[in-house]
Amino acid sequence: MIRILVVLLLLAAPAFAISDPREALPDPAMEARAVTFGTTLRCLVCQNESIEDSGSDLARDLRRIVRTKLAAGENEAQIRTWLVARYGDFVLLKPPITLFTLALWASPVLCLLVAGLVMLLMRRSTATPPAPLTEAERRRLEGLTRT
Amino acid sequence: MNRRWLLLAPLGIAAGAGASFYAMLSGMKRGTFDPRGLPSQLIDKPLPEFNLPGFSRADVVKQGRPVLLNFFASWCVPCIEEAPTLMKLRAARVPLWGIAYKDKSEATDAFLLRHGNPFAHLARDLSGDVGIEWGITGVPETFVVDGSGIVRWHFAGPLPDEAAQVLATRFAA
Repeated sequence: MIRILVVLLLLAAPAFAISDPREALPDPAMEARAVTFGTTLRCLVCQNESIEDSGSDLARDLRRIVRTKLAAGENEAQIRTWLVARYGDFVLLKPPITLFTLALWASPVLCLLVAGLVMLLMRRSTATPPAPLTEAERRRLEGLTRT
Repeated sequence: MNRRWLLLAPLGIAAGAGASFYAMLSGMKRGTFDPRGLPSQLIDKPLPEFNLPGFSRADVVKQGRPVLLNFFASWCVPCIEEAPTLMKLRAARVPLWGIAYKDKSEATDAFLLRHGNPFAHLARDLSGDVGIEWGITGVPETFVVDGSGIVRWHFAGPLPDEAAQVLATRFAA
Protein backbone atom coordinates (compact mmCIF):
# COMPACT_ATOMS: atom_id res chain seq x y z
CA MET A 1 0.00 0.00 0.00
CA ILE A 2 2.74 2.44 1.04
CA ARG A 3 4.77 1.44 -2.00
CA ILE A 4 1.86 2.23 -4.29
CA LEU A 5 1.45 5.58 -2.57
CA VAL A 6 5.12 6.40 -2.97
CA VAL A 7 5.02 5.50 -6.65
CA LEU A 8 1.90 7.63 -7.12
CA LEU A 9 3.55 10.57 -5.32
CA LEU A 10 6.64 10.25 -7.51
CA LEU A 11 4.49 10.17 -10.62
CA ALA A 12 2.56 13.32 -9.67
CA ALA A 13 3.89 16.25 -11.66
CA PRO A 14 4.76 19.33 -9.61
CA ALA A 15 2.15 22.03 -10.03
CA PHE A 16 3.86 24.81 -11.95
CA ALA A 17 1.82 27.92 -12.58
CA ILE A 18 2.29 27.70 -16.32
CA SER A 19 1.53 24.01 -16.56
CA ASP A 20 -1.08 24.45 -19.23
CA PRO A 21 0.62 23.59 -22.52
CA ARG A 22 -2.14 25.41 -24.38
CA GLU A 23 -0.63 28.69 -23.16
CA ALA A 24 2.73 28.04 -24.81
CA LEU A 25 3.56 29.31 -28.27
CA PRO A 26 3.95 26.59 -30.94
CA ASP A 27 7.45 27.82 -31.82
CA PRO A 28 9.81 26.64 -29.02
CA ALA A 29 12.34 29.44 -29.66
CA MET A 30 9.59 32.06 -29.46
CA GLU A 31 8.18 30.40 -26.32
CA ALA A 32 11.64 30.49 -24.70
CA ARG A 33 11.84 34.19 -25.51
CA ALA A 34 8.44 34.75 -23.95
CA VAL A 35 9.46 32.87 -20.79
CA THR A 36 12.75 34.79 -20.48
CA PHE A 37 10.93 38.09 -20.92
CA GLY A 38 8.04 37.07 -18.68
CA THR A 39 10.34 36.33 -15.74
CA THR A 40 11.37 40.01 -15.72
CA LEU A 41 7.76 41.16 -15.32
CA ARG A 42 6.05 41.44 -11.97
CA CYS A 43 2.64 39.94 -11.35
CA LEU A 44 0.61 42.88 -9.98
CA VAL A 45 -1.49 40.57 -7.80
CA CYS A 46 1.18 38.42 -6.10
CA GLN A 47 3.69 41.29 -6.32
CA ASN A 48 6.83 39.26 -5.60
CA GLU A 49 6.35 36.71 -8.31
CA SER A 50 6.98 37.09 -12.01
CA ILE A 51 4.06 36.60 -14.38
CA GLU A 52 5.67 33.30 -15.43
CA ASP A 53 5.62 32.00 -11.83
CA SER A 54 2.28 33.34 -10.69
CA GLY A 55 -0.95 31.39 -10.79
CA SER A 56 -3.17 34.47 -10.66
CA ASP A 57 -5.71 35.32 -13.34
CA LEU A 58 -4.08 38.62 -14.17
CA ALA A 59 -0.68 36.93 -14.63
CA ARG A 60 -2.28 34.47 -17.04
CA ASP A 61 -3.81 37.34 -19.02
CA LEU A 62 -0.46 39.15 -19.10
CA ARG A 63 1.30 35.95 -20.27
CA ARG A 64 -1.26 35.71 -23.04
CA ILE A 65 -0.74 39.35 -24.04
CA VAL A 66 3.07 38.98 -24.03
CA ARG A 67 2.81 35.91 -26.26
CA THR A 68 0.27 37.45 -28.61
CA LYS A 69 2.42 40.55 -29.05
CA LEU A 70 5.65 38.55 -29.52
CA ALA A 71 3.97 36.37 -32.11
CA ALA A 72 2.75 39.52 -33.85
CA GLY A 73 6.38 40.60 -34.27
CA GLU A 74 6.72 43.13 -31.46
CA ASN A 75 10.01 43.09 -29.55
CA GLU A 76 10.55 43.04 -25.79
CA ALA A 77 11.24 46.78 -25.55
CA GLN A 78 7.93 47.61 -27.24
CA ILE A 79 5.96 45.28 -24.98
CA ARG A 80 7.77 46.63 -21.93
CA THR A 81 6.81 50.20 -22.88
CA TRP A 82 3.21 49.08 -23.40
CA LEU A 83 3.07 47.48 -19.95
CA VAL A 84 4.82 50.35 -18.15
CA ALA A 85 2.31 52.79 -19.68
CA ARG A 86 -0.49 50.82 -17.98
CA TYR A 87 1.04 49.61 -14.73
CA GLY A 88 4.04 51.88 -14.17
CA ASP A 89 7.63 50.88 -13.46
CA PHE A 90 6.32 48.59 -10.71
CA VAL A 91 5.54 45.96 -13.37
CA LEU A 92 9.30 45.56 -13.94
CA LEU A 93 10.99 43.27 -11.42
CA LYS A 94 14.23 45.20 -12.02
CA PRO A 95 13.39 48.87 -11.52
CA PRO A 96 15.04 51.32 -13.93
CA ILE A 97 17.29 54.06 -12.55
CA THR A 98 15.15 57.16 -12.11
CA LEU A 99 15.22 60.06 -9.68
CA PHE A 100 12.97 58.02 -7.35
CA THR A 101 15.03 54.82 -7.47
CA LEU A 102 18.40 56.54 -7.30
CA ALA A 103 18.61 56.04 -3.54
CA LEU A 104 17.79 52.35 -4.01
CA TRP A 105 20.48 51.80 -6.62
CA ALA A 106 23.03 53.96 -4.83
CA SER A 107 22.49 52.35 -1.41
CA PRO A 108 25.26 49.68 -1.73
CA VAL A 109 27.81 52.33 -2.72
CA LEU A 110 26.56 54.65 0.02
CA CYS A 111 26.86 51.85 2.59
CA LEU A 112 30.46 51.20 1.55
CA LEU A 113 31.28 54.91 1.69
CA VAL A 114 29.75 55.31 5.16
CA ALA A 115 31.53 52.18 6.41
CA GLY A 116 34.84 53.46 5.02
CA LEU A 117 34.30 56.84 6.64
CA VAL A 118 33.48 55.26 9.99
CA MET A 119 36.60 53.08 9.83
CA LEU A 120 38.73 56.08 8.95
CA LEU A 121 37.35 58.11 11.84
CA MET A 122 37.79 55.23 14.27
CA ARG A 123 41.42 54.71 13.22
CA ARG A 124 42.13 58.40 13.59
CA SER A 125 40.46 58.69 16.98
CA THR A 126 42.35 55.79 18.65
CA ALA A 127 43.93 57.40 21.70
CA THR A 128 47.71 57.89 21.61
CA PRO A 129 49.43 55.70 24.22
CA PRO A 130 50.10 57.62 27.48
CA ALA A 131 53.50 59.28 27.75
CA PRO A 132 56.11 57.33 29.74
CA LEU A 133 56.49 58.31 33.40
CA THR A 134 58.80 61.15 34.22
CA GLU A 135 61.70 60.59 36.59
CA ALA A 136 59.85 62.31 39.49
CA GLU A 137 56.71 60.20 38.93
CA ARG A 138 58.73 57.01 38.77
CA ARG A 139 60.42 57.80 42.07
CA ARG A 140 57.08 58.65 43.69
CA LEU A 141 55.52 55.41 42.48
CA GLU A 142 58.47 53.44 43.83
CA GLY A 143 57.99 55.14 47.17
CA LEU A 144 54.29 54.26 47.19
CA THR A 145 54.70 50.61 46.26
CA ARG A 146 57.58 49.93 48.66
CA THR A 147 56.29 48.25 51.76
CA MET B 1 33.92 65.67 18.57
CA ASN B 2 34.21 62.83 16.05
CA ARG B 3 33.47 60.30 18.70
CA ARG B 4 30.31 62.10 19.77
CA TRP B 5 29.19 62.28 16.15
CA LEU B 6 29.80 58.55 15.74
CA LEU B 7 27.75 57.86 18.83
CA LEU B 8 24.86 60.07 17.73
CA ALA B 9 24.70 58.90 14.09
CA PRO B 10 23.13 55.47 14.78
CA LEU B 11 20.71 57.06 17.24
CA GLY B 12 19.71 59.60 14.59
CA ILE B 13 19.24 56.90 11.96
CA ALA B 14 17.16 54.80 14.36
CA ALA B 15 15.02 57.83 15.27
CA GLY B 16 14.47 58.66 11.59
CA ALA B 17 13.52 55.08 10.76
CA GLY B 18 11.20 54.96 13.77
CA ALA B 19 9.43 58.15 12.73
CA SER B 20 9.03 56.86 9.16
CA PHE B 21 7.65 53.51 10.29
CA TYR B 22 5.27 55.25 12.66
CA ALA B 23 3.99 57.44 9.81
CA MET B 24 3.53 54.38 7.57
CA LEU B 25 1.76 52.34 10.24
CA SER B 26 -0.59 55.14 11.26
CA GLY B 27 -1.32 55.76 7.56
CA MET B 28 -2.21 52.08 7.14
CA LYS B 29 -4.47 52.31 10.19
CA ARG B 30 -6.29 55.34 8.82
CA GLY B 31 -6.48 53.75 5.38
CA THR B 32 -4.59 56.57 3.67
CA PHE B 33 -1.50 54.47 2.96
CA ASP B 34 -1.46 51.05 1.33
CA PRO B 35 2.01 49.53 0.96
CA ARG B 36 0.70 47.19 -1.75
CA GLY B 37 -1.27 49.93 -3.48
CA LEU B 38 -0.40 50.86 -7.02
CA PRO B 39 -0.99 54.42 -8.24
CA SER B 40 -2.92 54.53 -11.50
CA GLN B 41 -0.89 55.56 -14.54
CA LEU B 42 -4.04 57.06 -16.07
CA ILE B 43 -4.38 60.05 -13.74
CA ASP B 44 -4.61 63.28 -15.80
CA LYS B 45 -4.35 61.21 -18.98
CA PRO B 46 -7.12 60.62 -21.52
CA LEU B 47 -9.26 57.56 -21.01
CA PRO B 48 -8.01 54.74 -23.29
CA GLU B 49 -10.09 53.86 -26.33
CA PHE B 50 -12.53 51.00 -25.75
CA ASN B 51 -15.69 49.64 -27.23
CA LEU B 52 -17.52 47.10 -25.12
CA PRO B 53 -20.97 45.58 -25.34
CA GLY B 54 -22.88 48.14 -23.27
CA PHE B 55 -20.97 51.34 -23.91
CA SER B 56 -17.79 52.71 -25.48
CA ARG B 57 -15.34 55.49 -24.66
CA ALA B 58 -17.31 57.79 -27.00
CA ASP B 59 -20.48 57.22 -24.93
CA VAL B 60 -18.64 58.31 -21.76
CA VAL B 61 -17.10 61.42 -23.33
CA LYS B 62 -20.41 62.34 -25.04
CA GLN B 63 -21.85 63.09 -21.58
CA GLY B 64 -19.77 66.24 -21.39
CA ARG B 65 -19.74 65.97 -17.60
CA PRO B 66 -17.82 63.86 -15.09
CA VAL B 67 -18.71 60.18 -14.86
CA LEU B 68 -17.84 57.68 -12.14
CA LEU B 69 -16.72 54.35 -13.64
CA ASN B 70 -16.65 51.22 -11.51
CA PHE B 71 -15.08 47.86 -12.37
CA PHE B 72 -16.79 45.02 -10.53
CA ALA B 73 -17.54 41.31 -10.82
CA SER B 74 -20.04 38.89 -9.35
CA TRP B 75 -17.17 36.66 -8.18
CA CYS B 76 -15.58 39.47 -6.21
CA VAL B 77 -16.28 39.47 -2.47
CA PRO B 78 -15.24 43.11 -1.77
CA CYS B 79 -17.77 44.10 -4.47
CA ILE B 80 -20.58 42.80 -2.25
CA GLU B 81 -19.21 44.94 0.56
CA GLU B 82 -19.12 47.91 -1.80
CA ALA B 83 -22.64 47.42 -3.19
CA PRO B 84 -24.52 49.46 -0.49
CA THR B 85 -22.08 52.36 -0.93
CA LEU B 86 -22.69 52.37 -4.69
CA MET B 87 -26.47 52.33 -4.09
CA LYS B 88 -26.03 55.46 -1.93
CA LEU B 89 -24.18 57.11 -4.82
CA ARG B 90 -27.05 56.21 -7.13
CA ALA B 91 -29.50 57.71 -4.64
CA ALA B 92 -27.37 60.88 -4.68
CA ARG B 93 -27.79 60.95 -8.50
CA VAL B 94 -24.10 60.47 -9.19
CA PRO B 95 -23.65 59.30 -12.80
CA LEU B 96 -22.24 55.86 -12.07
CA TRP B 97 -21.36 53.51 -14.92
CA GLY B 98 -20.37 49.91 -14.34
CA ILE B 99 -18.02 47.57 -16.16
CA ALA B 100 -18.37 43.87 -15.32
CA TYR B 101 -14.81 42.49 -15.35
CA LYS B 102 -14.24 38.91 -16.56
CA ASP B 103 -17.72 37.88 -15.50
CA LYS B 104 -20.34 35.67 -17.14
CA SER B 105 -23.33 37.76 -18.21
CA GLU B 106 -25.85 35.64 -16.29
CA ALA B 107 -23.71 35.85 -13.15
CA THR B 108 -23.44 39.65 -13.46
CA ASP B 109 -27.20 39.98 -13.91
CA ALA B 110 -27.89 37.76 -10.90
CA PHE B 111 -25.41 39.79 -8.81
CA LEU B 112 -27.14 43.06 -9.72
CA LEU B 113 -30.58 41.56 -8.96
CA ARG B 114 -29.41 40.38 -5.58
CA HIS B 115 -27.37 43.38 -4.41
CA GLY B 116 -29.14 46.14 -6.37
CA ASN B 117 -28.12 47.78 -9.62
CA PRO B 118 -26.49 51.17 -8.97
CA PHE B 119 -25.36 51.66 -12.57
CA ALA B 120 -26.87 54.01 -15.15
CA HIS B 121 -25.09 52.00 -17.84
CA LEU B 122 -23.50 48.59 -17.78
CA ALA B 123 -20.72 47.29 -20.03
CA ARG B 124 -19.23 43.81 -20.09
CA ASP B 125 -15.47 43.24 -20.31
CA LEU B 126 -15.61 39.48 -20.80
CA SER B 127 -11.93 38.99 -21.74
CA GLY B 128 -10.58 41.47 -19.18
CA ASP B 129 -8.56 43.24 -21.91
CA VAL B 130 -10.13 46.64 -21.19
CA GLY B 131 -9.27 46.19 -17.51
CA ILE B 132 -5.61 45.64 -18.45
CA GLU B 133 -5.79 48.60 -20.83
CA TRP B 134 -6.85 50.72 -17.82
CA GLY B 135 -4.18 49.14 -15.63
CA ILE B 136 -6.51 47.62 -13.06
CA THR B 137 -5.08 44.84 -10.90
CA GLY B 138 -8.31 43.54 -9.44
CA VAL B 139 -11.90 44.42 -8.67
CA PRO B 140 -13.45 46.66 -7.52
CA GLU B 141 -11.65 49.72 -8.87
CA THR B 142 -13.25 53.11 -9.44
CA PHE B 143 -12.29 55.98 -11.75
CA VAL B 144 -13.56 59.54 -12.16
CA VAL B 145 -13.47 60.69 -15.77
CA ASP B 146 -14.12 64.38 -16.41
CA GLY B 147 -16.29 65.89 -19.15
CA SER B 148 -13.46 65.94 -21.67
CA GLY B 149 -12.52 62.28 -21.15
CA ILE B 150 -9.53 62.84 -18.86
CA VAL B 151 -9.13 60.47 -15.89
CA ARG B 152 -9.04 62.57 -12.71
CA TRP B 153 -9.23 60.15 -9.81
CA HIS B 154 -8.75 56.46 -9.10
CA PHE B 155 -9.42 54.18 -6.18
CA ALA B 156 -8.55 50.47 -5.85
CA GLY B 157 -10.67 48.37 -3.53
CA PRO B 158 -14.18 48.86 -2.19
CA LEU B 159 -15.09 52.56 -1.94
CA PRO B 160 -15.31 53.66 1.69
CA ASP B 161 -18.53 55.46 2.68
CA GLU B 162 -16.54 58.63 3.43
CA ALA B 163 -15.13 58.68 -0.10
CA ALA B 164 -18.63 58.16 -1.51
CA GLN B 165 -19.94 61.13 0.52
CA VAL B 166 -17.16 63.38 -0.79
CA LEU B 167 -17.84 62.17 -4.34
CA ALA B 168 -21.58 62.81 -3.96
CA THR B 169 -21.05 66.41 -2.80
CA ARG B 170 -18.44 67.05 -5.50
CA PHE B 171 -20.68 65.63 -8.23
CA ALA B 172 -23.65 67.66 -6.96
CA ALA B 173 -21.61 70.88 -7.17
